[in-house]
Amino acid sequence: MSETPAQPNWQAARSLGVQIDPIDESTMVVNMGPQHPATHGVLRLVIELDGETVVKCTPHMGYLHTGIEKTGEYQTYMKAVTITDRIDYLASHTNNLAYALAVERLLGVEPPPRGHYLRVVLSEVQRIASHLVWLGTHALDIGAMTVYFFAFREREKLLDLTEMMSGVRMMPSWIVPGGLRGDAPEGWFERVKAVMDELPRRLDDYETLLDQNPIWRLRTQGVGIVSVDDCLALGVSGPTLRASGLAHDLRKAAPYCRFEDFDFGVPTGKFGDVYDRYRVRMAEMRQSREIVKQAVERMPDGPVNVDNRKVVPPPRAELDSSMEAVIHHFKLWTEGFRPPVGEAYVPIEGPRGEIGFYIVSDGSGYPWRMHERPPTFMNLQALARMAEGRLLADLVAIIGSIDIVLGEIDR
Amino acid sequence: MSDAQPAVAPGPACPEAALLEERLPGVVLDVASARGELRITVERERVVEALSLLRDDPALDYRFFSECLAVDYLDPSTGEPILGKRHRFEVVYNLYSVRDPATGRGTGRRVFVKVRVPGDDPTVPTVTGVYAGADFPEREVFDLFGIRFEGHPDLRRILMPDDWIGHPLRKDYPLGGERVQFADGTYGPAISDRVVQHAGESFHGLTGSEAEPAPGRPATPGL
Repeated sequence: MSETPAQPNWQAARSLGVQIDPIDESTMVVNMGPQHPATHGVLRLVIELDGETVVKCTPHMGYLHTGIEKTGEYQTYMKAVTITDRIDYLASHTNNLAYALAVERLLGVEPPPRGHYLRVVLSEVQRIASHLVWLGTHALDIGAMTVYFFAFREREKLLDLTEMMSGVRMMPSWIVPGGLRGDAPEGWFERVKAVMDELPRRLDDYETLLDQNPIWRLRTQGVGIVSVDDCLALGVSGPTLRASGLAHDLRKAAPYCRFEDFDFGVPTGKFGDVYDRYRVRMAEMRQSREIVKQAVERMPDGPVNVDNRKVVPPPRAELDSSMEAVIHHFKLWTEGFRPPVGEAYVPIEGPRGEIGFYIVSDGSGYPWRMHERPPTFMNLQALARMAEGRLLADLVAIIGSIDIVLGEIDR
Repeated sequence: MSDAQPAVAPGPACPEAALLEERLPGVVLDVASARGELRITVERERVVEALSLLRDDPALDYRFFSECLAVDYLDPSTGEPILGKRHRFEVVYNLYSVRDPATGRGTGRRVFVKVRVPGDDPTVPTVTGVYAGADFPEREVFDLFGIRFEGHPDLRRILMPDDWIGHPLRKDYPLGGERVQFADGTYGPAISDRVVQHAGESFHGLTGSEAEPAPGRPATPGL
């Protein structure tokens, strides 16, 4: 029987002038990603491990960098809407909305009530759809595969609503500066109601699947704790911040799109661990459903777009009879509108936190600078704090609990 | 349109500028309030003190570091900044005083603190010591604009490859021109001489060893 191989004698090697890795001798550096299934895309983590304990965790990003902000500077304001979907492909309506609100503030226009309410319905439906993807993938990371299939089944029904309205499932570009591309089709609200009526029962099912599972509770409770003060200094927002105990929601704190009209709660956690973040998002889906139901019930009549031909093209029917309408249509789709010189930033509460577009206008038809405040990019900064000192297996649970979308981190 | 933030009067009526002016005389270069958004331009050299003051003042309580970003105002056709500005870059810090409904702490106000950065000396003191969350966004601004944050603990590229040359969001950096897989022999209009092989990702079997490794390349041996 042979002896176990001896540990390398690092000191002897150093004295001989051998180059040694500049890390501590008792730790090991492991590369996780960018093609790791638990990294939700192409996140790469360089993890320094002491046994199974994470000593240091350094995220490396940029694998999905597509230069969206640079591209935006070369599009007219209306064309740039389509690239805002692609930033966070799980929350395209909310991205469109944040962009549209910033451009509208520059232009000094505001859509009519029906436009606001339709935007509320779409953005809250999007929030539920996005949280369902988070729920499914997060549970899958921890080993609960059933929830994944169920959550994606529900999400498909929500994407059907988007498809029914806009024709596409994921990149609708339906919310645009000045309002929406169009009103809801016939039968849409009935369909929304039907999906929303079914949702609570489904959510109960998923919660039962997870909450009554001791493995789920052991792997999430007390794991990845982050305090409110750390969250605020790190720029962490959204459900991750609320799970730490601060009831901050921009829909309440700085209402946009008439969110003040709706009655809903802001769920918060207590400990700021993975389990609290799960509870907060589950509760948020129920609150979003309440908002959607209220908005559909109280949906005002009337147009959805700004009544300003310099911003929104005229309806198709007008083109047949009015020369003015033809000119406006032509000018808007070739040159676009020109907001006055200035800067605007309208933060909204996206599914992952504060999202807003910082737009600088030089008075031309193209944004001089189009910057998105990326919620998950900022939230990812908390990863090292949550993971360091925990086990490697906890890291997988923690990544899932921040709900990262790499398309938004890398842009 | 309804402004989500409370309207602020410019000048001394604005508490943020008043506080800065009182405690750090001369630090405020400009106060602008438009469309319900407040922007205070401060001296570049004293931005750390200014942000600490806004964070620590109990009445203002700017606890939430939303982000920071940069804007390049250079007009590449003239070589001069647009809109009559005298400096090429502006770095904008987006601070928010989170209102806590449980304790009543915070004001719910948002302020954009700006610093002007000349094109020939693109450096700004880092604010990572004030807000830990400035780490990633400052790296992003460094990566895409080439503005160096003095004192940043880990100033590396964050989105572009480590060995990339140039800063893509600068206005004199043209759109296009990257080496792509299917454009054999054509490297785009203007920057072919500035693009180097990205280490390890060549489709021609090159490993990028002919390219100089970036000085800030992370020490991750064995990877």
